[in-house]
Amino acid sequence: MPDPVISIRGLRKSYGEFEAVKGIDLEVGREEILGVLGPNGAGKTTSVEILEGYLGRDGGEVEVLGVDPAKPTRAWREKIGIVLQGTTLEPTLTVAESLQLYAGYYSNPRPVEEVISLVGLEESAGKRAGRLSGGQQRRLDVGIALVGDPELLFLDEPTTGFDPSARRHAWEMISGLRDLGKTVLLTTHYLDEAQALADRVAVMSEGVIVAEDTPENLGGRESLPTRITFVLPEGIGPDELPTIGRAAVDGEPGGEARIVMIETDDAVEDLQILTAWALERNLPLAGLEVKRPSLEDVYLRLTAA
Amino acid sequence: MSSVRLVLHEFRFIQKVFWRNPASVFFTALLPVIFLLIFATIFGNDKIEKLGNLPTTTYYVPAIVTLAVISATMVSLATNLTIAREAGLLKRGRGTPLPAWVFIAGRVGNAIVISVLMVVVVTVIGRVLYDAPIPWERLPALITTLFVGAASFCCLGIAMTAIIPSREAAPAITNLITLPLYFLSGIFIPESEIPDGVLSFANHFPIRDFFEAFFAAYNPNTVGSGFEWGDLAVVAIWGLAGLLLAIRFFRWTPRH
Repeated sequence: MPDPVISIRGLRKSYGEFEAVKGIDLEVGREEILGVLGPNGAGKTTSVEILEGYLGRDGGEVEVLGVDPAKPTRAWREKIGIVLQGTTLEPTLTVAESLQLYAGYYSNPRPVEEVISLVGLEESAGKRAGRLSGGQQRRLDVGIALVGDPELLFLDEPTTGFDPSARRHAWEMISGLRDLGKTVLLTTHYLDEAQALADRVAVMSEGVIVAEDTPENLGGRESLPTRITFVLPEGIGPDELPTIGRAAVDGEPGGEARIVMIETDDAVEDLQILTAWALERNLPLAGLEVKRPSLEDVYLRLTAA
Repeated sequence: MSSVRLVLHEFRFIQKVFWRNPASVFFTALLPVIFLLIFATIFGNDKIEKLGNLPTTTYYVPAIVTLAVISATMVSLATNLTIAREAGLLKRGRGTPLPAWVFIAGRVGNAIVISVLMVVVVTVIGRVLYDAPIPWERLPALITTLFVGAASFCCLGIAMTAIIPSREAAPAITNLITLPLYFLSGIFIPESEIPDGVLSFANHFPIRDFFEAFFAAYNPNTVGSGFEWGDLAVVAIWGLAGLLLAIRFFRWTPRH
């Protein structure tokens, strides 16, 4: 990758005996939105806090905007924006005042009015932060991270605990950051969030990156077998089925609704064999379904302990 | 932006936050005044024989001034910095280009300005309602005591955050430290009523020394300039110890 904004090689971090991050490599390109996806305790926040300059590391090389984050400088802090996990606002300051406060810390801040409209809080500019809804507070958090006009933005679980409509709102706003030319590192444990926002997704589990790709191709989703399922027709034993793919039959002989699941790498050919076999015997294939593995399946497989 | 402008910027917002927070307005600004009115009402026109027939109301002005400065500095900073730490605000501030010392300076500046304001308010109320004289001739001693004490108790307040684990624990711990010492040091009860052994115990702690220095400055019977260098030195040494502990143990990230 030419001129990466973030580059990580062999990053390690332990808390006492517990190895939270076990040697990860990762690069984030300019103006890219990278999603780091993983269950709680996967090492996402630890990794991100090392990149943000909050935590030291035990091993590996890390560069963020050309600087080692273990030695943060004021000039470097000017160029990054951070949204921490969980809201961090002064409840008695209004939306506009909160932004003015943080704007004063930067040498070239973005105008406060502009930030307010970027995060869609025009109606609430004069409202105190403590009186905003959860979704609005989170948007103010993002606004504060944007007010210094950073090149790189860290968003740690920006929508955890949101209802679906607040989540959709937040997604629209984060997608809008793409137009500002920001590089974004987003951590989340929601699959749909990574899918909706990220150009590329790195899946973390137990301190390592287990997969890294575009949301479409994640985890070799393209090459995973397709599943064919149907109800085993009455009077037919499992050994009478045509031999295609890897078949498994669910349920006891004589019981009701025994389900056949066939995993196949060549769904077109195997389906033809199956349906020809059924037509010949005039058998209904009740509940016939052909399914590609969902991103959910891939994710659960990747992060299974 | 120059450092001075940055400190003023921070200070301006901390002032806003202070006056908008009902708890800080009540405990820091109103409660000392209420204490003065209550004690003055209870003890009325009593005179303290052991202290050269000093009117009790005149005694309570430096006593409540001491309490007000400690509230505005040590208690306020320990409480508000703990709340800000647990809310993630300190961590967030640390992630910006704002230098750490400016972050602290804005809050210390606020504590000192509130202290000065409270000294003026309590002194003026004492003069207007109870005829407690304003010690114009010992003003240098009063001002020196105020600044040495305010700075020292700010350091102690910042150091205290290290032993306060959560926002809920903040009032309990600050009260546990200050309330008994207010009683033992002659703040709530005139020192003429307190046994010598208790006073010499209280002398090990800076609240007693701070009060003695204020008392010398305010007491109309004081001969000379009113400077109590010995007491001020004790207060300053405590402050210095607080500063070193604060530098060593202060943390920016939430404990929970």
